[in-house]
Amino acid sequence: MTRTTEKPAAENAVTNEAVTNEAVKRPNRRTALKTLAATTALAAAASSMPLFGRYGQVQSSEPIKIGFQVHRTGIGAAYGRWYDRTTKAAVKKINDEGGINGRPVEIVAEDDGTDPKRGAEVVEKMATQHGCDIAFGTLFSHVVIGSAPRAGELKIPYFVVSEGHHVASGMLNRYTLQPGITDVKSQVQAMAPFVNSTLGKKVTMIYPDFAFGHDHRDYFSAAVAAQGGDVVAKIAIPPTETSFTKYFPKIPRNTDVIYHVMVGPAVLTFVKEMGEFFGNSRPEIFGFIDSLEAVDLASPGLEFLEGTYFWEGNPRYAQANQSDYDKAYRKAVGVDANGASVSDPKDVSTYAHMFGCWETLHIVKAGMEASGYAGAGDRAKLIEAVESMTSMPHSYAHPQGAKEFNGKTHQTFGHQYITKVENGRLVLAHTTSIEDTYYPDETDYTKQSF
Amino acid sequence: MELGPYLILGLLEGLVTAAVLSLMALGLSLVFGVMRVVNVAHGEFFMVGAVLAWIIANAVDSHPAVNFLAALLLAPPATALLAAIADRLVLKRVAYDPERTIVATIGLLYIIQQVTLMTYGPDARPVEAPFNHRLSIPFVEWTESGMALYWPWGLGTTSYKLAVIGAAVLLLGAIWLLMTRTRIGLVMRATQLDSEMARAFAVPVDRVYAAVFGLGAGLAALAGVLIVPIQQAHYLMGHDPLLLSFIVVIIGGLGSLPGTVVAALLIGISDGMISVFFTPTLAKIIATLGVAFVLIFRPQGLFGRKGL
Repeated sequence: MTRTTEKPAAENAVTNEAVTNEAVKRPNRRTALKTLAATTALAAAASSMPLFGRYGQVQSSEPIKIGFQVHRTGIGAAYGRWYDRTTKAAVKKINDEGGINGRPVEIVAEDDGTDPKRGAEVVEKMATQHGCDIAFGTLFSHVVIGSAPRAGELKIPYFVVSEGHHVASGMLNRYTLQPGITDVKSQVQAMAPFVNSTLGKKVTMIYPDFAFGHDHRDYFSAAVAAQGGDVVAKIAIPPTETSFTKYFPKIPRNTDVIYHVMVGPAVLTFVKEMGEFFGNSRPEIFGFIDSLEAVDLASPGLEFLEGTYFWEGNPRYAQANQSDYDKAYRKAVGVDANGASVSDPKDVSTYAHMFGCWETLHIVKAGMEASGYAGAGDRAKLIEAVESMTSMPHSYAHPQGAKEFNGKTHQTFGHQYITKVENGRLVLAHTTSIEDTYYPDETDYTKQSF
Repeated sequence: MELGPYLILGLLEGLVTAAVLSLMALGLSLVFGVMRVVNVAHGEFFMVGAVLAWIIANAVDSHPAVNFLAALLLAPPATALLAAIADRLVLKRVAYDPERTIVATIGLLYIIQQVTLMTYGPDARPVEAPFNHRLSIPFVEWTESGMALYWPWGLGTTSYKLAVIGAAVLLLGAIWLLMTRTRIGLVMRATQLDSEMARAFAVPVDRVYAAVFGLGAGLAALAGVLIVPIQQAHYLMGHDPLLLSFIVVIIGGLGSLPGTVVAALLIGISDGMISVFFTPTLAKIIATLGVAFVLIFRPQGLFGRKGL
């Protein structure tokens, strides 16, 4: 590259490396290239002009970039599809209301394949390549656990919507928060009194054999014992299993209640085969809706669920006491009164979980506005602002119900719903108080440095 | 659950597994026996069969039995055609070289899987069974008045599961007849024994290869259609059956029809029994251990012949 030494430095910076020696000898062409570049820059500035008008303020009008780690493929795909729709609806609402600190919000979505290794790579891409302000949206616990350490190293706030207990347990780090959805420990603990007093004392648990299922096993067993009940059998099922009849003989005959929580593509088979196993002589059945999220209750083989109970994070069917907030939220996301897509009644939503995306994005907005967030340098301020939040009243931003956020454990607490299958619909049978879901703090993330 | 009913339930579940597995493994074994091709994409043809069954059942959108029958008649030939085209486009071009066909079929595996993901999507979708009645199974017990029948809690199966077992038996019989009693079977066996000699006797080896690859894929697809009312069609469903098929084919002896059936029964039933009494993971461990022992002590498989 002898030619570069002969040129003034300023010109070198503009000269494209690809320009040939021939071009260097002919200044006309170089000038033309420079003019072209300048015009492009002007055109780019001009095309973004409307944003200046719309979001006029003193700081940058660059959009706030939210990296959305989404389970488009793999076992979390059905959840991912609805997390995506809810996120888009929430961002549209926030942008229609003027964005965050006057800046528009932009979602940078990337598939993690519901895979922990890929999840960590996606978080890294968001922080380093896409220049996202925060990362958001992960559901499956193994992906959260796989990705959170990377988020901590890269110092990018990581807002998860996973309902796992790993945030509140102290296992993760100061950059990982779960302000928009309650955790498994508080959910199962709040279910135990109802299960024991209404359905029976002797419980058999059926759960997937990984972190999420183990959370259920451990916290529910403890909560049942505290109620004077007894877990008579614990049946763990490998997450990739596709046929289930062979597990059911392990259910002891003296079981009063079966407690089931399954996830993944084989959930429908699981519930169907359970029905075929018991025939007409089933015990009481209580399940986490996770076993049937995104599954139509009218699917063949599910008739036997009539009269059984479900935990729901947010009731799928519009209830008699439906709030105006739920009505507006359903409309914004495009969900009908049966919890299915308004455009396809067979496309059933993951209604019990996806509200977490909506609420989390509203919390991010509130946190960024409280901290005067301007860019990546204010990430720590954003986390401190969210940590200082406490009560979140039932509102359009929190359509699932009121929440109490614990800044020390980075975990939110809220009402839980128990519904009963009546005529093929889930009808609200019991609502827990927020206090039912409390347990002593297990960590204090605010003591960790940034 | 008491031991007796427990055993029967394990046996029934094992037989369903064995039925599906034997059809699938037979396809794999046939392809290896005749073509010497280790078809790593075999599980994807199983998946394609199940996915096509869902698509066809939804397109017909009539009574569940009609939907299922249409799927049963259309999905396997469609999959077979797809496989025959893949044979012409890919396997023939690499001259059926053993190493290169393994790599080529791995490529096929990913192509089929990703195309399914991009078109059919990541969801697991059910096809309604043509008929599905729960059948309680009685069991005998000794009471003070002598032997009596009773219906143990949880001991039952469905009419559809029994039909799957029956269908597999019929299909295996048909394949056996095809291989031993027809001209097509004769040509296939001739190609299997010595493809060069067969060519010298004017057997159109290329077309036989395409037909065998199609037949193998069609059998996998048939297994997929039969299983889809029990499980659901999902783009990753081909993985486990592929591994089990390899286990079956290695234990039974590559290219041996009776060996494949016996090994499928062995693996299917032991999987059902061990899963019921212990854990499904242990069942997989034992099956894999079985493969290791067969490879050490009888590398040609239980029914395989040396030198093949």
